[in-house]
Amino acid sequence: MAWLKERAVLVLGLAVLVYMFVPIFVVVLMSFNDPSTRNVYRFDGFTLDNWLNPCDDPAMCDSLGLSIRIGFLATAVATIIGTMAAFALVRWDFFGRSSSNVLIFLPMAAPEIVMGSSLLTLFVQGGFAGQLGFWTIFIAHVMFCLSFVVVTVRSRLAGMNDTLEQAASDLYATPSQTFWRVTFPLVLPGILGAALLSFSLSFDDFIITNLNSGSDVTFPMYVWGVARVGLPMQVNVVGTLMLVISLTIVLVGEVNSRRRAKALATR
Amino acid sequence: MADTDRRKGLTAYLLMAPAVLVLALFFVIPFYSLVAASLYEPGGSDKEGWEMTYHVGNYVDAVQDYWEPLWHAIAYSAAATLICLVLGYVLAYAIAFKSGRWKSLLLVLVIAPFFTSFLVRTLSWQLILADDGWIVDTFQFLHLLGDDGRLLGTHFAVVMGLAYNFLPFMVLPLFASIDKIDHRLIEASGDLYSNPVVGFFKVTWPLSLPGVVSGTLLTFIPAAGDYINAELLGSTETNVIGNVIQLQATDAGHPNTAAALSMILMVGILVMVLVYIRKAGTEELL
Repeated sequence: MAWLKERAVLVLGLAVLVYMFVPIFVVVLMSFNDPSTRNVYRFDGFTLDNWLNPCDDPAMCDSLGLSIRIGFLATAVATIIGTMAAFALVRWDFFGRSSSNVLIFLPMAAPEIVMGSSLLTLFVQGGFAGQLGFWTIFIAHVMFCLSFVVVTVRSRLAGMNDTLEQAASDLYATPSQTFWRVTFPLVLPGILGAALLSFSLSFDDFIITNLNSGSDVTFPMYVWGVARVGLPMQVNVVGTLMLVISLTIVLVGEVNSRRRAKALATR
Repeated sequence: MADTDRRKGLTAYLLMAPAVLVLALFFVIPFYSLVAASLYEPGGSDKEGWEMTYHVGNYVDAVQDYWEPLWHAIAYSAAATLICLVLGYVLAYAIAFKSGRWKSLLLVLVIAPFFTSFLVRTLSWQLILADDGWIVDTFQFLHLLGDDGRLLGTHFAVVMGLAYNFLPFMVLPLFASIDKIDHRLIEASGDLYSNPVVGFFKVTWPLSLPGVVSGTLLTFIPAAGDYINAELLGSTETNVIGNVIQLQATDAGHPNTAAALSMILMVGILVMVLVYIRKAGTEELL
């Protein structure tokens, strides 16, 4: 009893964590499900079919392809221009700096439905109602990923002290050598983290995309569409894969940075 | 880096320009379009064009027709935020103070569920709460639910779905705040004969307030606009404003109603946030 009293908070905390994993467990389980009919959604039997034939419904894989393409493209653009802005905000003093900070903050505080419907209004008023599709989704995704990139890279930059950079320039490195050999490698984990965040935001977005996609269908929109008529089990395969891939990336990054910290400490 | 260390020069503008341009074109200007659209004469259409008549009546009509989904969205979101605060605080506190060397692993685990798609996760709840699922069976067995009682399609399911989906937005800022608290302050309160509960409310809670404020905002704002949970876990009784805006914004609906509702939601949230921040006394956050 004393043991439990000592650890009550930890036990409760772990219970919350377990609660967070309950639906994930169901998703992984259902990816091995062999359903008897398409409309009844419960575990009927074990099969590997869903994993072996992920594209049983070609529409799902098409939507997946679109989401991946948009995710990569929007992430690349948002990460590059967001990183540039983060450098300006941390390293430079310029007129409009604090209003730029507010501008960066606002999209993260606005509800998605409002951003999505206002963007649609702009597109319609600008005469692009007929051209809704890949590029309007891309624009929307760059817009809402950008702030998250800036904030992530900015906090990495702000937490860095500049002694290493000063040392480099004391040792006669040119500003560009200092930047590419010292500053950039130090900020890189922050940039990669921002890119990962940006990709998952883009890949997972439904509300803004649904308003601005015209007739194109991204993966979340496909899931939304089939949710009523019965979900193919392959959707759970995708859900499981997303989890496994991103966890691997995060854990490899974590292990790498620990190893590097250890190497630095023992040198 | 201190303010005085910042460089000066035009480079900063070149670095800022693309980001500012994207946000100006696709975030700020759309708001202008939205305000305009909310004031158009209601008779127009996307094909025939819209006439600007500063028709404030759009707002009156929107509130009259859709006060219920508006109220639902705010109520669900507030309830979900409260649940998130309780669950999130326990989890963040446990990770910050009780997890020892497992801290960073546990933090990864907090975010991990959210790498699977939002929609797939929500549909997974649909399955868990289903009428013939074991949760409903258990609840019926314990007489918490009537024999034909259900969870899916109720207010409870929607609130629970929202609370589940936005929990990490609460945990992460709370963790950041609680993790910074100097443990010696809590020990000191114990040394001065305060019992742990009083110590918590007089020391830990006030010091974690910045995290509480940003966590509740990060949960409440997106949850108020969300309609995925209300649609997938609710019923026609649980319609929320996000869904109305989505349906009205497309060509089949009334874009100016959608615009007026978006404005009402936006301004409503803004007012609530400002009042809340003032009450919480943490204005330096913004």
